[in-house]
Amino acid sequence: MKHAVISADESAGGMFRRWPFFQRLLSWTKPYAPFEQGSREYERYDWNSLLPEEKDCRALMCTMMDGTSYYPSRPEMERNLAAFAQRTGIAVRYGCRWTATRRDGDRWVLETTDGEYRCQVPIFAVGVAEPWRPQIPGIEDVPHYADTRPAESYAGKRVFIVGKENSGFELATGFLQWAKQIVLASPSPTKLSINTRSLVGVRARYVQPYEDHVLAGGVLVLDASIERIERAGAIFHVHTRKADAQTELILEVDDVIAATGFTSPIQDLAKLGVATVGRNKLPAQTPFWESATIPGVYFGGTIHQASPGLRKHGMPSNSGGVNGHRYNGRILAREVARRHFRIDPERPVLPRAEVVSYLLHEVTNGPELWLQKSYLARVLVRDSKRGIVDDGILPLQSFLDSGPADAVAATLEENPAGDIYPVLYTRRGGVTTEHDLSPHPLHDFHTRDHERAIVAALEGLLL
Amino acid sequence: MRSAPDDITELLASLAIFADLSRPELERVAHTLEERYFAQDERVLREGLSGSGFYIVLEGEAAAIAGGRRVNTLGRGEFFGEISVLLGQAPVADIVATRPLRCLVLPGELLKEFLQANPRVCYRILVAEARKLANAVRSVG
Repeated sequence: MKHAVISADESAGGMFRRWPFFQRLLSWTKPYAPFEQGSREYERYDWNSLLPEEKDCRALMCTMMDGTSYYPSRPEMERNLAAFAQRTGIAVRYGCRWTATRRDGDRWVLETTDGEYRCQVPIFAVGVAEPWRPQIPGIEDVPHYADTRPAESYAGKRVFIVGKENSGFELATGFLQWAKQIVLASPSPTKLSINTRSLVGVRARYVQPYEDHVLAGGVLVLDASIERIERAGAIFHVHTRKADAQTELILEVDDVIAATGFTSPIQDLAKLGVATVGRNKLPAQTPFWESATIPGVYFGGTIHQASPGLRKHGMPSNSGGVNGHRYNGRILAREVARRHFRIDPERPVLPRAEVVSYLLHEVTNGPELWLQKSYLARVLVRDSKRGIVDDGILPLQSFLDSGPADAVAATLEENPAGDIYPVLYTRRGGVTTEHDLSPHPLHDFHTRDHERAIVAALEGLLL
Repeated sequence: MRSAPDDITELLASLAIFADLSRPELERVAHTLEERYFAQDERVLREGLSGSGFYIVLEGEAAAIAGGRRVNTLGRGEFFGEISVLLGQAPVADIVATRPLRCLVLPGELLKEFLQANPRVCYRILVAEARKLANAVRSVG
């Protein structure tokens, strides 16, 4: 497909020149893993590399890291992205800011600081990095996370952080050795990722302030509504109210920071009819990351988190991180090519005798299935002329709601007990059936029991 | 309808099942639930599939489809999904958005804790369930 890529940044990796505030990412890359660097299976252990076709451009992240942590630093991540862009020869017009959008016949016109671009399909991958504040009186007078001062400037201060998600706890972690008192507050209780068993919740790296709180060491984590923030000379009074006690609690502090999250700078798209969803007003999307309300407008990158899929058992996708949306991106490119440019290369045929071993390998080692549980699936379709066709990795939701062809989708899911297990969705004559396979303590599904379960599910369908 | 509401708390306050909650309680609830948007004709719940959740309609309309037949219509303030979650069974009907639909969603695994933490919401839900049961009995009779 003919395409153009524009970026308001001056070079690749712009976000990582700014955030996260305390220098390291929350997504890991393990230089030493059970699989060779650059292999498809290795991707499961490398959450930060992008996915090129070219072999020598794969698994770049681990080649940029200095060994002091398996979380890349911001400069390391920036180098990773810059190296990817340079080595793959991606042509990007940097320093070119998208400013407005309009329709002109069957084309979209993107107005930019470098003139107009016309296209059949725009894909907006503008990130979720624009500071967002809730409607709390007085919050407009305090800095957002994005405007946090150097940590040492909080030495001896009483700091109130609005928000108890990762950005709030990241700041609190960085302030532990500086601030005199740290208060984190929001209406609902803190979620920890080790409890939610997902990337929702405060990551283990930032749990130290929580331990300080439960051990009564000086950090306070409050479940309370913040009713208003009042400046009184050099200090602030933060008026809070706990949901259960109904009593007002007023805290006097030296600094208040709004760690209240980010939204996406979608400019005039909302005015054009792009529906938004959630507190952060991200664009509502279909399973193929198309605007739910304006056909032909697509989204890329971390905005994919607003296309939540099935959220079976409450489990979220990883689409808010590189490790998730990099797989969505491949599917999106295929979908745009098929739907808008009629480019639809023939999918490979899978010999019947290899179906079971192929699916066992996919659910044991397929990085897309491990990193996008119950969100992406390997799909095999029965074609009356060609046999069994490997339709690739697709959104599970699209499979469940798509046509009547006999087919199977293999995915991984996790139940509330924390068991991770393969699931097959078979479709016969338009009727879909769920087959939950058993978990395995080593996550290795190359067993006789799993083989038998797959055979039983596919008997008369693909076997 | 196109834009996400600025203040979910205000919207919650206007729904019958949350009518007894104070502002701080509403804010806690608003932070607990996740907002979802469904395009017209999109399936929200799928008959026979495990792992679903509890849904409260904020705006729009949905239909319950069982055996290919529309058996119920759901609008603002109504809720669904609770029966399959409470019974630990897969839904017995599809729920499909018949108009653009905005819902609040609670994962099934959190429903018990949510109801126990919000007994006044639980009571309102019970009343609504009783009304549904009475209507069902009347329609059978």
